[in-house]
Amino acid sequence: MSVEISNVTKRFGDHTVLDRLDLSVKAGSHVTLIGPSGSGKTTILRMLMTLTEPDSGTITVDGQPLFPAAQKQRRAVRRQIGMVFQQFNLFPNMSVLRNVTEAPVSVLGLSRDEAEARARELLDMVGLADKCDARPSRLSGGQQQRVAIARALAMRPKVLLLDEVTSALDPELVAGVLDVLRDVATTTDITLLCVTHEMNFARDISDQVLMFDAGRVVEAGPPEQIFGAPEEERTREFLSAVL
Amino acid sequence: MNWDWTAVRDFMPQFRDGLLVTLRALALGSLISFTLGLLWALLMRTPTRWVRWPVGIVTEFVRDTPLLVQLFFLFYVLPEWGLTLSAMTTGVVAIGLHYSTYTMQVYRAGIDAVPAGQWEAATALNLPRGRTWRAVILPQALRRVVPALGNYVIAMLKDTPMLMAITVLEMLGRARLFSQQHFRFTEPLTVIGVAFIVISALASLLLRTLERRLVR
Repeated sequence: MSVEISNVTKRFGDHTVLDRLDLSVKAGSHVTLIGPSGSGKTTILRMLMTLTEPDSGTITVDGQPLFPAAQKQRRAVRRQIGMVFQQFNLFPNMSVLRNVTEAPVSVLGLSRDEAEARARELLDMVGLADKCDARPSRLSGGQQQRVAIARALAMRPKVLLLDEVTSALDPELVAGVLDVLRDVATTTDITLLCVTHEMNFARDISDQVLMFDAGRVVEAGPPEQIFGAPEEERTREFLSAVL
Repeated sequence: MNWDWTAVRDFMPQFRDGLLVTLRALALGSLISFTLGLLWALLMRTPTRWVRWPVGIVTEFVRDTPLLVQLFFLFYVLPEWGLTLSAMTTGVVAIGLHYSTYTMQVYRAGIDAVPAGQWEAATALNLPRGRTWRAVILPQALRRVVPALGNYVIAMLKDTPMLMAITVLEMLGRARLFSQQHFRFTEPLTVIGVAFIVISALASLLLRTLERRLVR
């Protein structure tokens, strides 16, 4: 599904996070947003997930308005979008399996058996088939994040938002999570929008990399260009600082 | 001081009656205050202020006036408006209502303590609002509030003697009656004092077990 963001402005107090931003993401593409902290990358994902609203501008998903739009319309559009958070945000009061089946049962209306069969498949895919009955608190950060990915995929999203999904992890757990996401990127046609500080991962999976600074896109292009031969001084500066 | 075990023995039948009344008032009062408190806390979170304002004003009023005044009001004034309840019912309703305005604050704190990320995850999964409350928020909030609710059970227990003021014969009422009949004060008052301690201790124990069961 395509995502179209046009002329979007977002302020927190007198700080302008996004400044008349235009951004368009083609269906099935893998787009990575990079840039310094506070440059508005995460805010874009949060707006697409309707966790925060733009002050002005329009957002459409697959041609359907997400903003501005009525509550009912937004729910319908949101149904196509999934998100994985930096802090995992698993439900600690539910087992791993229940975390993955809760929404398919109560939102998609799957039967419990159907939902569980699918959840087990997904948990197997992320390498956690043996953790179905565990509580999230018993898992490592990397395992929790893989459950969170399975939970998001269980809703069969057309667009998946990945918000710094490895930033809260111990270094040795990052690879496992990125492997799972590489899998998702290569075996599904889900549109991926990804905010990350893992430049190698960004280079691996993206078709397009957007360099953000101060609420604007300063450079956009395929990873070979951004990482190989960046045209903008700001991009070069940022990459030499993080690589 | 002279301690007379026969007085203790003679007091037992009346004590038993009083004990049952105290326990019943405590159990029903707790039930009402836990339920109403949760209801108030949820109503205070509705988007419309036409719900929040009345609930806020009424609960604030109840919290800021003495329980004893409320007991008298319900017992003597309500019948004038055509609503007559038994003394026991009046007492249980008054205690439950009064303490619901405290438990409401406990629930509020428990709900506020659930991390914002839980709401966001529920939104990201498109869970309907009611489902988010029932499956995600309340289970986590309730687990946090059990210890604080337990304190109010003990506070409520210690307020049950106020029911004496509206003719309910709970433990203190029975002790007082016995004292007046037999001119023995030490024994019945000591007996009910010990009973209060034992009930408090048992209630704490029960709640701590519940807490341990919930925090897994």
